[in-house]
Amino acid sequence: MENLIANSTEAVAVILFGIGFTMLLFHRNLFRKLIGLNVMDTGVFLFLASMGYIEGRKAPIIVNGVQSTEAYINPLPASLVLTGIVVSVSVTAIMLSLTVRLYMRYHTLNLDEIYRMADHLEDDR
Amino acid sequence: MKIFDLNFDVEEEPIPDGEDHDLLENIMDGEEVHDSPREKVKTENEYYRNYVRSTQWVQKLIRTENKGFNVFYFSVAVVSCVLLIGMLLFTISYLPRYGVENPESTLVVKRYVENGLQETGAVNIISGIILDYRAFDTLGESHVLFTALMCVTVLLLRDSKNMRTQYEDFYTIRDEKYHELYRESIMKFVAAVLLPCLLLYGAYVLLNGQISPGGGFSGGAVLGSGLIICAAAFGFRSTDRVITRKTANLIAFFSLGFYSFAKGYVFFTGANGLENHIPKGTPGAILSGGLILPLDIAVGLVVATTMFGFYSLFRRGSIGGNK
Repeated sequence: MENLIANSTEAVAVILFGIGFTMLLFHRNLFRKLIGLNVMDTGVFLFLASMGYIEGRKAPIIVNGVQSTEAYINPLPASLVLTGIVVSVSVTAIMLSLTVRLYMRYHTLNLDEIYRMADHLEDDR
Repeated sequence: MKIFDLNFDVEEEPIPDGEDHDLLENIMDGEEVHDSPREKVKTENEYYRNYVRSTQWVQKLIRTENKGFNVFYFSVAVVSCVLLIGMLLFTISYLPRYGVENPESTLVVKRYVENGLQETGAVNIISGIILDYRAFDTLGESHVLFTALMCVTVLLLRDSKNMRTQYEDFYTIRDEKYHELYRESIMKFVAAVLLPCLLLYGAYVLLNGQISPGGGFSGGAVLGSGLIICAAAFGFRSTDRVITRKTANLIAFFSLGFYSFAKGYVFFTGANGLENHIPKGTPGAILSGGLILPLDIAVGLVVATTMFGFYSLFRRGSIGGNK
């Protein structure tokens, strides 16, 4: 428990992840599911960024020729977060355009109605 | 004949002369807009939806869903969400403390921090990592962005071969015209003040990736948002002069091609133990870091065109006009 309070940033990141997962499960609207997915992404980025932080150290930009590990925080998670952000943006764009196409076909964003109409239209053919 | 009554409260202003205006007039005068495929699809879908709702088996399904399945789903979902958060929090409590150095996790970093400046020539270690040590990863990232742009183009491009038709264009052109005639003056003023600063700042972030925080992705995102603000405030005509579909494709092609060839050269010489002839430059100067600055520019251009391309495709179904 003590450790959990000390790791409060990671705990917040995990709770954000859980909120996003909950939105994915409980909402029928496709746009809300997308927002949930983005909240999950944000939780992962916060977790990665907080893992690299070391107290009292500076950002990894070499100043005055100081080149020891003692002076800078961990630069590796930052570069991993960059990859994550790019992939998240691309996935969001593709899913949004798929949602637009679904809306053009069925004129609804509710997933249940889309399933029912798709079943019926398939029977009709 | 006036089919669409737009109900403008504003007094009619003299419409500026232009070629697009005639097209709009022609469409507005046409009489078959009511029978447009879009309307047909809409009414068909309405019919299907009502039909589906009224059939007996669907009623049964809805009833069973509401009673049995929904309760089951709800309980399982609640339990799984609570379990997930609880398990993750439990794991968090066993992680190393926040803000305290963990010697095992900084084993790899030691090499980057201590030899990074000599090996890559970049003062910013993160730039050195993403564009030199792990440049292959960044090449994949920019290709992911490009692929996403192509996917969105396939799904949303508005031309005669795709799903949308000229009647679909009618609505877009009407909205465009409306926004062009009655564009908000506050938005225009703010954009005029903001735009030069944004573009300058984007170029600064883009070019200083190796000596300060920033780099290709962030600078490209700032440049792309500048283009988006320009299109939102002054209409797509202003951005069509700079960026068309052809130029967007050319920028993406040459940037990604340059990136691939430059990194291919580095990999080839490195793998065969040959000497690398690219000068590293003095650390801290703008022209330092070997290939990092040109690669930053390539990545930034790809990101900027992709961001603007997403906006343009979602808003009107094409990058830089239909030509």
